[in-house]
Amino acid sequence: MGELRLMKGNEAIGEAAIRAGVDGYFGYPITPQSEIIEYLMAEKPHERTGMVVLQAESEVASINMVYGAAATGKKAMTTSSSPGVSLMMEGLSYCAGAEIPCVVVNVVRGGPGLGTIQPSQADYFQATKGGGHGDYRLIVLAPASVQEMSDFVKLAFHLAFKYRNPVMILSDGVIGQMMEKVELFEPIPRWTEEEITRLSPWATTGKTKNRERNIITSLDLDPARHEKHNIKLQEKYAKIVENEVLCEKINCDDAEYLIVAYGCSARIAQKTLDLARAKGIKLGLLRAITLWPFPTKPIQELLGHIKGILTCELSAGQMVEDVRLAVGNNIPVKHYGRMGGMLFTPDEILHVLEQKIIGG
Amino acid sequence: MRSEDIIRPENLVYKKTPLMTDNILSYCPGCGHGTAHRIIMETIDEMGLQENTIGVCPVGCSVLAYDFMNIDMQQAAHGRAPALATGIKRTWPHRLVFTYQGDGDLAAIGTNETIHACNRGENFTIIFINNGIYGMTGGQMAPTTLVGMKTSTSPYGRDVHRMGFPLKITELVAQLPGTWFVTRQAVHTPATVRKAKKAIRTAFEAQRDNKGGTTFIEIVSNCNSGWKMRPVESNKWMEENMFPFYPLGDIKVEGKLVK
Ligand SMILES: Cc1ncc(C[n+]2csc(CCOP(=O)(O)OP(=O)(O)O)c2C)c(N)n1
Ligand code: SF4
Repeated sequence: MGELRLMKGNEAIGEAAIRAGVDGYFGYPITPQSEIIEYLMAEKPHERTGMVVLQAESEVASINMVYGAAATGKKAMTTSSSPGVSLMMEGLSYCAGAEIPCVVVNVVRGGPGLGTIQPSQADYFQATKGGGHGDYRLIVLAPASVQEMSDFVKLAFHLAFKYRNPVMILSDGVIGQMMEKVELFEPIPRWTEEEITRLSPWATTGKTKNRERNIITSLDLDPARHEKHNIKLQEKYAKIVENEVLCEKINCDDAEYLIVAYGCSARIAQKTLDLARAKGIKLGLLRAITLWPFPTKPIQELLGHIKGILTCELSAGQMVEDVRLAVGNNIPVKHYGRMGGMLFTPDEILHVLEQKIIGG
Repeated sequence: MRSEDIIRPENLVYKKTPLMTDNILSYCPGCGHGTAHRIIMETIDEMGLQENTIGVCPVGCSVLAYDFMNIDMQQAAHGRAPALATGIKRTWPHRLVFTYQGDGDLAAIGTNETIHACNRGENFTIIFINNGIYGMTGGQMAPTTLVGMKTSTSPYGRDVHRMGFPLKITELVAQLPGTWFVTRQAVHTPATVRKAKKAIRTAFEAQRDNKGGTTFIEIVSNCNSGWKMRPVESNKWMEENMFPFYPLGDIKVEGKLVK
């Protein structure tokens, strides 16, 4: 058993970064995730592992510092919240185009614009459908507990390097701010220079005599070659869809109705399951863990016995579009959301389910 | 003497540095970018640092610099090179890291990244090609465009009331405590090329020896295409118009302002 601690979600991200053998963290303060950089500064990771922690002048700079460091084969990450992540979209598009493995955490707050510092899930579209320019995808992981805030940092780096792709941890203000017990994973040593050149032969570590120069770029002015590069990216994304979908199914085996949710909404909806069963409603919950690739197949596998689906998200309805794509017109798919920092309660969800799905 | 004898290794007084590739330069004939490339690569070669260098070229005519420089390189988004270089240098403190940026890149969209990297005293070298114009996108006004200078977006000449003043970003970064060596050079004559190369050497040595600060070299250059002039004419115009406003010479040496 690993070391147990009571921690905030944000602190768990910070501790996990040190333990994951991260070489460089570059960030800029923004509520509700500033505890991450504060934790890292207080922990003196330069003494613990040699990890560099730098407060950048902006989110534009931090994602580009990540780009620079990660392109040399180092483990680099940044964290922010919605308005800051909007500023990172340029850098993320470049990282995706140049196939740079890196990790970005978005502890989502309410928008649009300056919005509010309260929790929200309204950045789903931005995270899963683009945000930056061009045909690219991020792998998007959605933690629903402080434990997963820790575990997903390790998982995110694993996936980032496996596919040479940026990975986003799409968290929210609830998970970032709440305190829970977390079992920390054993520290992974930072890679040595020899390991970096072996594991990432593409990285710009300095051209040695026995190899060609390495170039990190997202530019190719030759249309045919550039199309080829884009096709290669799409083939990689297809592989990720095939192999990396993650979700959790709770009480789904005999369910007649289904809630699809992720992050803090899934935590709240889990309680609705008990309330529904007590009333004799066979309700199940599918919690999406990877938002991209989306758990399309796992949802489709349940369609034989499901009569209706309700998605619960703290937004005007974003993930619901992916559920509708998975389900088609066969059964009703409805959305229930709150916005601007308001949360729903388990009772409220049950009430909406009865109104919109069972009675509707 | 036959030409074959002249080009025997022992008779050669000058040859292409192996740190430049054989690719055909994408720059317009007569443009200073090519010369600037060559002296940077010669310096790295002479210092024996090929295996230890990582270069960053962002957006502008130099976006393809990695095609010509035979070292590991990263291409950055417009203006972001100092941020990439920060990420590289902080995690690889023993590598020689440099950025190669135009004036639109460094003094417009990338002002923030430039000033903050210099103010933190990041230990890398910024090479700043100031041709007073956006070359790559077809000759639009840059922050460094001279007063009265005609460009495609200031067709009647830069008017300070509507377009603001030219930005002397090099003087600005020299004021920051984080810079260690700040200089302004040119590469249009043999004498200026020699001086510019010496400045590059000074900067790289300071970086290698961790003297403690950003090293910053502005190279005032021509853009014969953007200025719509023949190469020789453009160099003359540069001497007569650019140098009075952007005077050549060191501005900060060993962390102290000298001008
Ligand atoms: C975000 C963004 N905005 C605008 C451009 C278009 N653009 C490409 S090069 C350039 C100007 C470059 O000028 P400068 O840095 O002076 O370099 P030069 O071409 O003169 O060498 C611009 C505006 C871009 N590539 N990216
Ligand atoms: S457009 Fe100007 S800066 Fe660009 S290569 Fe041509 S002459 Fe040089």
